[in-house]
Amino acid sequence: MTQPLLFDRIDEPGLNTLPVYERRGGYGALRKALAMPPEAIIEEIKQSAIRGRGGAGFQMGMKASFLPKGEMAKYLVCNADESEPGTFKDRELMQKSPHTLIEGMIITTYATGIHHAFIYIRGEYQLQADILDAAVAEAEAAGYLGENILGSGHSLRLVVHRGAGAYICGEETGLLDSLEGKRGNPRLKPPFPAIEGLYHGPTLVNNVETLGTVPTIINMGGAEYAKIGAPGSTGTKLISVSGDVQRPGNYEIELGTSSREIIYGLCGGPKPGRTVKMWFPGGSSSPVLLEQDLDLAYDFDTLAKAGSMLGSGAIIVVDDSHSAFEVMQKVVKFYAHESCGKCVPCREGTNWTHKFLARIASGEATPMDLDILASVQTQIIGNCLCVLGDAMAMPVGSIVAKFRDELEAEIEAARERANAMPAVETEHLVAIGAH
Amino acid sequence: MSAIDRRPPVRRYEHGSRVPGWDDAVDLTKPPATVPDPATTPVPEELRRAIEAEMAKYPDARSASIPALHLAQRHHGWCSPEAIQQVACVMRLTPAYLTSVASFYDMFALQPKPRHDVYVCTNISCSLLGADEFYDAMCHAAEGHGDIGVRGFECLGACDIGPMASVNGEYVGPLDLDDARLIVEDIEAGRPVLEHKQLRRRAVADAHGRVEGFDGIAPVGQEDAVAGSPVSGPVNPEETP
Repeated sequence: MTQPLLFDRIDEPGLNTLPVYERRGGYGALRKALAMPPEAIIEEIKQSAIRGRGGAGFQMGMKASFLPKGEMAKYLVCNADESEPGTFKDRELMQKSPHTLIEGMIITTYATGIHHAFIYIRGEYQLQADILDAAVAEAEAAGYLGENILGSGHSLRLVVHRGAGAYICGEETGLLDSLEGKRGNPRLKPPFPAIEGLYHGPTLVNNVETLGTVPTIINMGGAEYAKIGAPGSTGTKLISVSGDVQRPGNYEIELGTSSREIIYGLCGGPKPGRTVKMWFPGGSSSPVLLEQDLDLAYDFDTLAKAGSMLGSGAIIVVDDSHSAFEVMQKVVKFYAHESCGKCVPCREGTNWTHKFLARIASGEATPMDLDILASVQTQIIGNCLCVLGDAMAMPVGSIVAKFRDELEAEIEAARERANAMPAVETEHLVAIGAH
Repeated sequence: MSAIDRRPPVRRYEHGSRVPGWDDAVDLTKPPATVPDPATTPVPEELRRAIEAEMAKYPDARSASIPALHLAQRHHGWCSPEAIQQVACVMRLTPAYLTSVASFYDMFALQPKPRHDVYVCTNISCSLLGADEFYDAMCHAAEGHGDIGVRGFECLGACDIGPMASVNGEYVGPLDLDDARLIVEDIEAGRPVLEHKQLRRRAVADAHGRVEGFDGIAPVGQEDAVAGSPVSGPVNPEETP
């Protein structure tokens, strides 16, 4: 990639403060946007064809245009909950260049006629929340936030809201409930947040990276931005690579880059002597891919066609020193812990799957149980208000399908271990509490 | 048995629920708890002002319930019945409502907790790199230190420095087993924790992000890329098979 857009010299000391950000041309896009009619901004975003960077990949311009026009209590909520295992890109952006996000939010609210905006940041990100608080105060003092921004007549109140540790609050309707001061349970859709969201008002919910890209789109022009990347997946993407790679971390890539180039070229691949056993292309919720899938282009449509998804852009690499069973256990434990408990298929399905894996570990299971395990996953998908249950069912289903032989061998080995030690008391399961 | 099953049970799960006392019988002879009366509920002035400032930020004051619980937990050390009562009094909500909120989120403690929080990430990326062993070492190192609470935590969003932990909110990693002891020492001495491993000082992995004059820590696995010298293009592209 020749042209980094979000990560360009992001380590510059003081970039998190207004003077350095402005010296680098910051808030120039805002001035440009405020001189445009709001509809023209939406049009630019539509032309850029940028797809949401949070996981679902819905076109941002389309979503923004669903909001009702006219003066009413409308809200913009930036989803900075970033709890998907493997994802940490928004953290880096907010910590090092918070004004990029704030500028993007001001432009978006101007374009959509919104006067109240929130950044819902996960409670664990204390440093990043403090940095955002300071940046918001700076922007207010400089007249970028508040009444009559830069003489445009547009006004905006921006509040940084800290969560308190719940994965489900990254789901947009769970996030809205949490922001209203409730337990973060997802809501029935429709109505979608664009029609009825926060405080029953029309609400636009976007990811940090999506909103942070808006200034770039305004600066470049939507049509120019759309030339970057692959058809259907325009632009650059921040990706978080972790697990068994030698150079983990956040990278900005052009969408459509080969996955092998990312995992081996940028990140150095697994340790010498190890090979890629499987990889999650879009966080732990995405169905796993194998070594042979490494030549897939990293973009929304190619990964979807390969039976997985780009999700939040979090690549987790697992090398051949780990067993598929171990990976599955970790994934399942997480979703069982994080299920909010509102919908039965998810609450029961995640916990049942977790208990089931303990059954395999203790040597009580037979290979036939894998079929039951897989069938339970199919009964979770699509049957809940949100996709948390699906987010467990998809990777688990894919691991069972792709590593069936290994799992059967694991079941046999566990049975033999249990038979060899008949005196061992079966450890009672520690119940996992739902939220 | 894998490492995950060998762990001691987390205390709040012993009840089969994260809400302690969930199966206690209700005392039907008592009137239901209502919004506390300000005349009979003393609230520390500082806490009241902070909660009211939070409430003023939102179009609907109830939105401040999570920030208010954070404040009360910081003030009281945990979300004690007294803390909940005080938040309820200022926010004009019932204690039951706030308990329902507090019990939902991992960062609120409805039982007394040690003063210092060590959250060890035990999710997938960190565990691939040995987080379970570090968690055991951390539990062992904290034994006998009653003011340090070690918890296995879900993904904290710092897989680039895995295995990692959040020590009183400060992210540190990648950790080796010796660091467990050092973390305890730093906490007890009141020092910044593992300064040479703090996430806040670490450079971005992407070479395009580097600048002259950056004096932080090199990204994991790129220690040879001297901090402060810009690198262009992917590092060692010839490694691509």
